[in-house]
Amino acid sequence: MTKKAELTKKAELTHSIPAGTTAVPALRAHSPEVSAAKARKWGAFYYAEQVLRVMKGYGWTIVMYGVGQPVAYLFAMGVGLATLVDTNSTAAFGGVSYLVFIAPALLISAAVMTAANEFTFPVMDGFKWRRVYYGPHASPLTPEQIALGQIIAVTVRLLLQSAIYFGVVALFGASPSPWGWASVLVATLAGLSFGLPLMAYAASIKEDKGQFAMVMRFIVMPLFLFSGTFFPLDTLPLAVRWIGWISPIWHGTELGRVLSYGYEEPPLLTIAHVVFLLALCVVGWVLTKRQFVKRMGG
Amino acid sequence: MPELASKQTPPSEASQKDATQSRPSSAGSPSATGAPQYVITAENLTKRYGDVAAVDGISFSVPAGEAFGLLGPNGAGKSTTMKMIGGVSQRTSGNLTIMGLDPDQNGPEVRAHLGVVPQQDNLDEELKVRDNLLVYGRYFGLPMSYLKPKADELLEFAQLTDKAKSKVDALSGGMKRRLTIARSLINEPRILLLDEPTTGLDPQARHILWDRLFRLKEQGVTLILTTHYMDEAEQLCDRLIVVDKGKIMAEGSPASLIREYSTREVLELRFGSERNATVGAELEGIGERLETLPDRVLIYAHDGEAALEEVSARGLRPVTSLVRRSSLEDVFLRLTGRSLVD
Repeated sequence: MTKKAELTKKAELTHSIPAGTTAVPALRAHSPEVSAAKARKWGAFYYAEQVLRVMKGYGWTIVMYGVGQPVAYLFAMGVGLATLVDTNSTAAFGGVSYLVFIAPALLISAAVMTAANEFTFPVMDGFKWRRVYYGPHASPLTPEQIALGQIIAVTVRLLLQSAIYFGVVALFGASPSPWGWASVLVATLAGLSFGLPLMAYAASIKEDKGQFAMVMRFIVMPLFLFSGTFFPLDTLPLAVRWIGWISPIWHGTELGRVLSYGYEEPPLLTIAHVVFLLALCVVGWVLTKRQFVKRMGG
Repeated sequence: MPELASKQTPPSEASQKDATQSRPSSAGSPSATGAPQYVITAENLTKRYGDVAAVDGISFSVPAGEAFGLLGPNGAGKSTTMKMIGGVSQRTSGNLTIMGLDPDQNGPEVRAHLGVVPQQDNLDEELKVRDNLLVYGRYFGLPMSYLKPKADELLEFAQLTDKAKSKVDALSGGMKRRLTIARSLINEPRILLLDEPTTGLDPQARHILWDRLFRLKEQGVTLILTTHYMDEAEQLCDRLIVVDKGKIMAEGSPASLIREYSTREVLELRFGSERNATVGAELEGIGERLETLPDRVLIYAHDGEAALEEVSARGLRPVTSLVRRSSLEDVFLRLTGRSLVD
């Protein structure tokens, strides 16, 4: 008798788990129609939330990178190297100290390098390595929203990192203009303008043959060095000056200089920088969207 | 058990009614005459990749609450069919509706109805076990007030409560599989798609999974699963189709398929690999069908023992003999052949 009672109790216990308990109001998900409507509207943000949660896992690295990198570079270049550079005339740098001259370039370059990382390896991870995109792909989210969600999350990271970077720059006294803070936005824009076309490329790769290492070595590094970063672009021979013209780092850096110390250039050129960066973003997004839909839709 | 099943059915019917009422053009609309309410219908469903037809005009319907299996060798088109049902792959031609909706037109709406367990786990390895469930629930726009208790409930269901705070990396294959199933249930789907749910698991893990799937079935969840484990199909499926080269070879319940395509029992004889090939002629007429394999001879017979007696009566002395019930595996091999598919 007691054994039977015990068994009944046990059965009740096991059955009560899927059925829900009686005391607490039953836990019910909203209807599939509501899920679909919400996902259609907010899907990209839902996916962004996932990417940000993953980033939180290495959040400390992001903050340290954000603080450590500018401190190291500004000391080495802006303070160390500058003691030599500044003994010459500052005319070549538009009359500002070397530190002030390179600070916007370092800020923009850091954002571009972060974007180069965030829009390559995680994309490969999504499609191939750990196939993380295929989880949300089976949910109401669309491939387009998954791509956009990743972009939103990286944008958040770029904004945060650039804000920290700018904070350090400001502490070094390297951003005299009251508009300097706006270079945080420029850095983010530059990061996206370089990152989005790269994301489209990453999404098209079916097999990893170390392409990303090549991108870092033969595209990111030359752009970093020859984009008017450490010396004005027009000090370079014409034969290599085009590297700057096609480089989001150069366009971003020039904008950053206008904002952080009132660097003078023709207004039309300033507009051209913005248009160039925006155009790269648009082209990158269109191509990325196409790749994601193609890869996850067929 | 029947009591539990009947207790669980009303909410499922109610929820489906809700779902269908909001869509006037629903194909799976409930009817007053008691005709089956189909949650999935496929007519002439076809998927081509270039010249190759991965799925070549298959038709089937799945009523609510059924456990429906797709069986077939590798490359038969099972996973492709699952992807089309799951609303992640567009069909080339034919018709397909899930809960009365066309997945090619209403992808998000169709996917919102489903729970999906893919062939390869695609969990967020960098997130903790419980966070995997929360994050996935967010894709359905579910609020945290629902997701937190639901995640705990599902962890309990998947026997992973102890691992809630572990990283996914640290889980065994069976645990990952259970977590994937738990994840697929976060939106309380009425249809669950399982693509080879137990491939690569050890027997213990498989049995735990089967138990969990049984419970879901009892709650009225429609299960669509592919497998190439015949015992799994026999255990879980009410009805199944055998698919080969993109076409349906047979359809029915496991028992009816065995009746139709095999005999009640099978007598397995081993005469040694040299002799197996030549002994066939001497066994002629015993049982209903004879199959000679390199390592053994199979005699399909209604009464295996009687067949064995007949073998002895003819003076044949097999090295080993075994009488067993016919299984789905016999049906499967008969329909799809014994040659290796790569």
